Order: sequence, then structure tokens, then C-alpha cells
Amino acid sequence: MLALVVAHLAVAALLPLVSARHRRAAFGVAAVLPTATLLWALANTAPALHGGLTTTTAWAPTLGLTLSFRLDALALAMVVLVSGIGAVILVYCIGYFGAESPEAPRNAALLLAFAGAMLGLVLADDLLTLYVFWELTSIASFLLVGQSGEQREERRAAVQALLVTVFGGLAMLLGFVLLGEAAGTYVIPEILAAGQAGRLHGGVLTAALLLILLGAFTKSAQLPFHPWLPAAMVAPTPVSAYLHAASMVKAGVYLVARLAPGFSDLPVWWVPVVVVGLATMVVGGWRALSATDLKQLLAFGTVSQLGFLMVLLGSGGPLGEISALAGVALLLAHGLFKAPLFMTVGAIDHATGSRDLRKLSGLRTAMPGTAAAAALAAASMAGLPPLLGFVGKEAAFAGFLDEGGLRGWIVALGLVLGSTLTAAYSARFLWGAFARKPGVEPTPVHHRPGALLTVPIWICSVAGLVLGIAYPVVDVLGASYAAPYPHVSGYHLALWHGLGLPLLFTAVALGGGLVLHAQRDRITALAPRSPLDAQRGYELTIAAIARVALGVTGRLQVGSLPAYLATILVAFVLLPGAATVLGGGWPAGQPLYHSVMQVPLAIVVVIAALAVARAKRRFTAVLLVGVIGYGVGGQFIVDGAPDLALAQFLVETLSLVAFVFVLRRLPADFTEERPPRRVRVPKAVLGTVGGAAVAAFAVVLSGARTEPSSTIGEFVRLAPAEAGANNVVSAIIVDFRALDTLVEIGVLFIAAAGVASLVLATRYDRRGRRRVESGQSSPEHEEDVLG
Amino acid sequence: MTTSRDESHDPMPFEEWDRPREAWLLSGDCRRPGQRSLLLEMTTRAVFPTVLVFSLYLLLVGHYGPGGGFSAGLVAGLAFVLRYIAGGSDDLGAVVRVRAPAVIGTGLVIALLTALAPVAWGAPVLSTTKLAVALPLLGRAELQTSVFLDVGVYVLIIGVVLDLLRALGTGIERDMRDAGEDA
Repeated sequence: MLALVVAHLAVAALLPLVSARHRRAAFGVAAVLPTATLLWALANTAPALHGGLTTTTAWAPTLGLTLSFRLDALALAMVVLVSGIGAVILVYCIGYFGAESPEAPRNAALLLAFAGAMLGLVLADDLLTLYVFWELTSIASFLLVGQSGEQREERRAAVQALLVTVFGGLAMLLGFVLLGEAAGTYVIPEILAAGQAGRLHGGVLTAALLLILLGAFTKSAQLPFHPWLPAAMVAPTPVSAYLHAASMVKAGVYLVARLAPGFSDLPVWWVPVVVVGLATMVVGGWRALSATDLKQLLAFGTVSQLGFLMVLLGSGGPLGEISALAGVALLLAHGLFKAPLFMTVGAIDHATGSRDLRKLSGLRTAMPGTAAAAALAAASMAGLPPLLGFVGKEAAFAGFLDEGGLRGWIVALGLVLGSTLTAAYSARFLWGAFARKPGVEPTPVHHRPGALLTVPIWICSVAGLVLGIAYPVVDVLGASYAAPYPHVSGYHLALWHGLGLPLLFTAVALGGGLVLHAQRDRITALAPRSPLDAQRGYELTIAAIARVALGVTGRLQVGSLPAYLATILVAFVLLPGAATVLGGGWPAGQPLYHSVMQVPLAIVVVIAALAVARAKRRFTAVLLVGVIGYGVGGQFIVDGAPDLALAQFLVETLSLVAFVFVLRRLPADFTEERPPRRVRVPKAVLGTVGGAAVAAFAVVLSGARTEPSSTIGEFVRLAPAEAGANNVVSAIIVDFRALDTLVEIGVLFIAAAGVASLVLATRYDRRGRRRVESGQSSPEHEEDVLG
Repeated sequence: MTTSRDESHDPMPFEEWDRPREAWLLSGDCRRPGQRSLLLEMTTRAVFPTVLVFSLYLLLVGHYGPGGGFSAGLVAGLAFVLRYIAGGSDDLGAVVRVRAPAVIGTGLVIALLTALAPVAWGAPVLSTTKLAVALPLLGRAELQTSVFLDVGVYVLIIGVVLDLLRALGTGIERDMRDAGEDA
């Protein structure tokens, strides 16, 4: 399975080679792999339904990281959506994108890469593998929504989609880690088994599940995170149909469905799922009723349906078996009706240049084939027999009605309300897209959609009809997924369950929907009166974060060297300094000096240090600092560290040279005027205290060690034999601690680049070829520094 | 190189200004007679190669005494500093035919390759071994492979010093010339 996922990504990387020759052919090439994946998955149906098909590849065995994949009933259903609908939509893209479309190469590669990431997500068998693919899909979505990034709307929508889903993704990662550590494993079936056995409990589990649900809710556009999904409709229609209807937005639902068998008994799991899911279903349906852009209408419809699926697949309960069955049926149904509806909008957009349902009129006669296919899909969405949507919805009502009790009835009534809205916006879609509207000129059709645009729509719509009639197939699939729930009801999917409450509920929903549609003018008038606006909430949050960041940066980065130095010194005196005074003991028996030679060297260093503070000319100060450095180097020699002394002398010399170079550009004296006493005295006090603290710190720390550390002995013993060096210092640097050395030279490289940036990048303003006076402008041309 | 520069039309594009132009050894060109120190130039001619050889000695002796890639690189770097002080930026360009960032990158690459190379022989990253070869006349010669890491450090440090000269030396010099100050 890893091979399949990797193949998707590899072919996606190579796809630009095909696009360079023939842009539309690239989509055809891209469609091959999802088709093969679908066939592979269908061929493995038997093992998938009975226990699942597992493969594991070691990734970093020492860390216990594996890439493990598993094909089971739920994964199979998702593969049908991801690869099946993916292949159909890629074929649709051949007709959708023009032969010379500059967007086509990017979309072909990204769509296939997304298909690979999504495939990895639904097949992943451990939480960390799942997380990796989860974030890959978020990134693919960002790139596909943003497109070329030339339009402000695209950029905004892409950033919103990324911020919201990645925020949730990071929360989810935290939840995964908490859950994985609590369970002692990241393998999903083992975690579920632990959850079912009740071996996981406590606050950690609560936090973990809430964080995971947060991730699922953001990804599946649940309240109050939903606005990113309608905003993402700026993407090309095939992208919307694939990512934002059929597959990616189902990732959150999928995750909830994946974990629900283990945790749906816990209130911390089912209460948020049911509350958020129902609220999303109703709010999404309501917003769809006032949308005027057909894509927006479908997007809010998707939000609503995702809430529905969330409730069905996540709520569990005593009859979780039935709702899980219904969930799988509707999961498939939603992909099979929402994708063709989006593709219909794409075809209409292609043919007429408009998606505004106030301007479209009379397309039923102009595009009868498309209209028929769309009607079939919309009927499945509304829940009309004998389509798959009807079969699933019947089961959903039956599950919660049989459960009864307060929860069962609340959910069932909520679902009826949501389904009524669904029926209403299904009718609104068909009316808006195809009906002849009084007072609106029939929309001219510039070019009729070809077979490449209409056949994919038909394939999906008819699949919804076929699966509705062949409901036992879906039943077997759903039953395999629902197997972990207790078998008590003996319920099976069917077109006819006899007269009963579920059928009544379906009739109420359909009838209510038609009534709502008939009253559409009043609803459109009511719609703007919304007390809360989630989009506004998102914008306010982002603006607040930006303000806080600006405030913090402005206060911390004041741009004054004395202020920075003072901050460092104060922090040092307060934290390690205070700890030294409180916790450290002054080492006993400190001799004043070990060797007589230390005394004159120390006197030179002290005199030079005092003189630096009194120096008025910069050059004098630099030379005196050099004297201090050489003096310290001399101490190293006296103490028997020639390597250290050599390095110290060389570095000191080089620093002196660097200082002198810079001094050429600075005034000779520090300042013409002496600063006032109120500035000088605090600086002097702080400097003295800081210096004294460092000195005391050094003495106390050196007293903490009473004998050479054990590693030193090992280093000395091993150096000649293992490192081939008589010089232990060298053996440590290039052998025992070679990794440190590597990192340090990396740091040196960064430092050199930084110095060059500061000095060189201010020189030129590239855009105007205008010479900038040195020093003050912003270093925005790093490329100049690269030489 | 032209000494009188047209301010509106820069004969040398910015991307090119630090590209080395002159031949090996002190160019003899001088910025201004007043800045010329003949004694320093003469000493530099004599000392420069010697210091470079000494830096190589420090590099190789590191395993057996004070020295090593870091110190050796600094010594070599200081040799270039001397060239710069004696001959100016043009002269520095005469010695180093490649640009400083390229030198730094080369050093980093050598060090990283040395770190990764043992993997090809199935050993852990950064492990070292002793290579011994019997040479005619000289007898048995040994080489610890960690010396390659030291070579990487050596090259990188030289690059860092050259970059320092480029940025703080030549760069500031140009700034001053552009601003009309005495260089």
C-alpha cells in the first residue's frame, strides 16, 4: 500500500514532463493511477471486509516509528471516494481545462499528489502516519485553493483554509500524542481495543479526545470553523468537487468514524460530536437557502452534510450499529451526489460563463442531459427513493428513533430539521440552475458541454442510483465497519422497511423542503439577520493575533543595544545569579593562585578591563579589549591548555582586525558629550553587578566538581586507539564530539552570512538600481549577499 | 580597475564587484601612494606563503599536538588578512580566485560528506578509521579519516575569514568611497 501512495506522489512529481508536451493529456495520465488503486481495492474486498489487509514498513525502527497501512471496510469506502471519484474528476478536468490553460499543469500534478496523500490518510493504520498525510492534504488544499496566487480572494481563501485546518491539525497532533502515550501504542486498532476495554481514562484521555475532535471539526468545516469551506470555492470547480466535497473535507468525518468504535460511549466524545454535528447540519442548510452562487450553495450544503455524517458516524450509543451503517451509506452517497453536482456547476459555468442562480434561466431545455443527471444527484441528496441517499437516511432515522429516549429523539428531530433544509436547498439548486425564471432572459449557451464534461457527471449520479438499488452491497460494507458495535437490532439497509416512523420522517423532510422552497423569497429576506457571523469571528481572531504579535515585537525589539545588553544582564543576575546565591555553596579552600605567573597576567587583565571602561577613544578601547583577551590566553597557557590558548590568541587577533575594519566608519571618540549622571550611574551599577555575578557564578560552578569527570578518563584512554590521536582535545573535537563540531561550523557559516547580510545588503536597492546610503535601510536583498 | 568612477553609471554591476580580477601575488597596484607601506608589502610577500604552509602544518599536526582545523584555518585566514592590509582589496582578489561563500560552502560540504561517508561502508555516521599504506622509502604512512572533517573545518574557517574581509573590509571600503570619505 505504501508503494501505491508513493507511486501517486512520484507520478505527480513527473507529471509536469507530460504537461509540457500536452496539457490536457496530463490529466488522463494522472487518472490512471487512481483507477488502478480503485481496482486494487475492489479486488481486495474480501480480505478487507474480513479482518482487514495490513502492511507495515519500518520507518525509524529505533524510535518505534512505522508506516503502517490497513485496508478495511471504512478505508474501502473512502478509497471508493478518493480514488474512484478522483479518477472521474481527473477525466472531467480534461474537458474543463483549456488546451492552453496555464493553470492545467499545476492542477494536474497537485490533484494527483493530493490523491496520494488522501489515499495515505484513509489507509493509515497508526496515528502518526495518519497525521503526516493529514497535513499533506492540508498543504495540497492550500496550493489548490491559492492557485497562482494572483488574485487577492484566492490568497485569502487559501490562507484561511490553511490556518484553520493546520490549527486543528496541530491540536490533533497533541491529542494523538496524549492518546498514544496513554495507550502505549500509536496503532489504531490497539488503541480502539484499549478504549473499548475501558483501559484508558482520566483527564489525559478527555484532553486527548477533545483535541482530536478539534482537529476533525476544523478539517470537516464544522461550526464554528466552517467559513473556510465556502471561501475555498474560489478554486477551480474540479478542485472544489474533489477536495471540498468528495474527499478532503471528509477526513475529519473519517477520523471520527475511525475512532468512534473505541470512544463513542464517553460523553466527552459523543456530546461534542452530536451538538456540533447537528448545529452544523442546521446552520449549513440554512445558509445554503440564501446563497446565490451555485457553488456557494453547494458548499454550505456540504457543510450541512458533513455535520450529518459527523453525527451518524461519531455518536455511537446503544444502537451505534445502525447509525454507523447509515453513516457509511451516506458517506458513499454524499460523494456520489455532491461531486456530480459540483461538476454540473462547472459545466454550466463553462457553457454560460455564470454561476449566479439569479441570472441563469431556462437551462433545462438548453442542457437537458446535464439537467437530468443533476436532478438524479439532487434527488439522492434530498433523500428520494430508490437512491442511495434515501436508503442511508432511512437507516439514520431508524437508528435514532429505535434508540428513543431524550438523546434519540433530540437527534432524530434535529436530523429531520436538517433533512428538511437539505430537501429545500436541493430543490433550490435544481430550480436555480435549470428552471425558467419569470422575468429573466433565457441564458445563452455559448458552447455545449462535451462528453468529457457530461459523462463523469452521469457516472457518479448513476452510481448513486445503482448502489441505492443494489443496497445489499453497501449493507455488507457498512455491517463490516459497524461490527465493533454490539449486535442487538438485526437492522439491515433496505428500500422498503414498511410503513413506520422513519418513512414518515422522510416524507416530512421532503414535504417540508418543498414548502420551504416555495417560500424562498421570504427566506432570502430573513437570511441576512444573523446575530453571529463565524467569518467575522475568524477575521477578528487573525487581526487580534497580528496586533498581539506587533505589540510584543515592538516592546521586545526596541532597537537599542544598551537596552538589549541590560535585558541580558538583568536576566542573568536575577535567574542564575539568584540561584547561585541561594543554592550554591562557596567552595572551600580556594587558593588565591596556583602559579606565580597567574598574578602578573591577572593584574594586566584587571588593569586593562578598568581602562576600557574609562577609554574615550574607540580605538583605545578595542586595543584594551584585545589586551584582556591575550591576558586570558596567557592564563590558559599557564594552566596547561595550549590548544585553547592557540585558538584564543588567533580569535583575539581576528576580532581585533574586524574591530579595526569597522572603526574606520565610526567616529573616533565614543560620544562628544558625557551622558548625564542618571544614565551613567545605573549603567555602571548594572555592569558591576553583572560582572560580579558572572565571576561568582564561575567560582561556585567550578567548586561543584571535586574530581575530573569519568568521561575525561575514558577520552584519555580511548584517544590513541580509537581516534588515532595523541592529542585528546583534537580527538574530542573531530571524533568523540564530531557532531558538535559539525553543528558549530554550521553556526559559523550562519554567522558569516549574517555579518555579510548586515554590511552588504543595505547597499543597493535592487528594484530602482538606486544606490542607498550605507547603513540604515532594511536588508531586503539577501540574494546580493550570496555573492 | 578604474579609479575614477562615474557615479551615475556603475561600470561594474553589483553582482560582480567582489569577483576576483587580478593575478597571483601582490599586484603592486596601490590605492594611494600615501597609504602605501613598502616595508609591509615586502614582508607580506615573504611571510604569506610561509604562513599558509604553517597553517597546513597545524592542520595535520592537530592529532598529535596543539593545532587542528580551527586554529589552522584561522592562521591561514590571518595570512589573507595580512594580504588585505598590505595590498588592499584588489590584492585580496588576486590571491583568492573564488568567492568567500563558495569557500564556506565547500568546507561545509567536505565536513558533511566526511560525516556521511562511513554509511557507505555500513558504519554509523561520523565513525572514523585509520587508513595505513606502505609507501616506498617513507615506510608505513597512517591517516586517521577524521582528518577530512578537520579539512572541512579548515576550509570553512578560511571562507569565514574571507567573508569577513569581503564584508567588513572591502564592503565598508566601497561604502566609504561611495560616501566620499577617505578610504
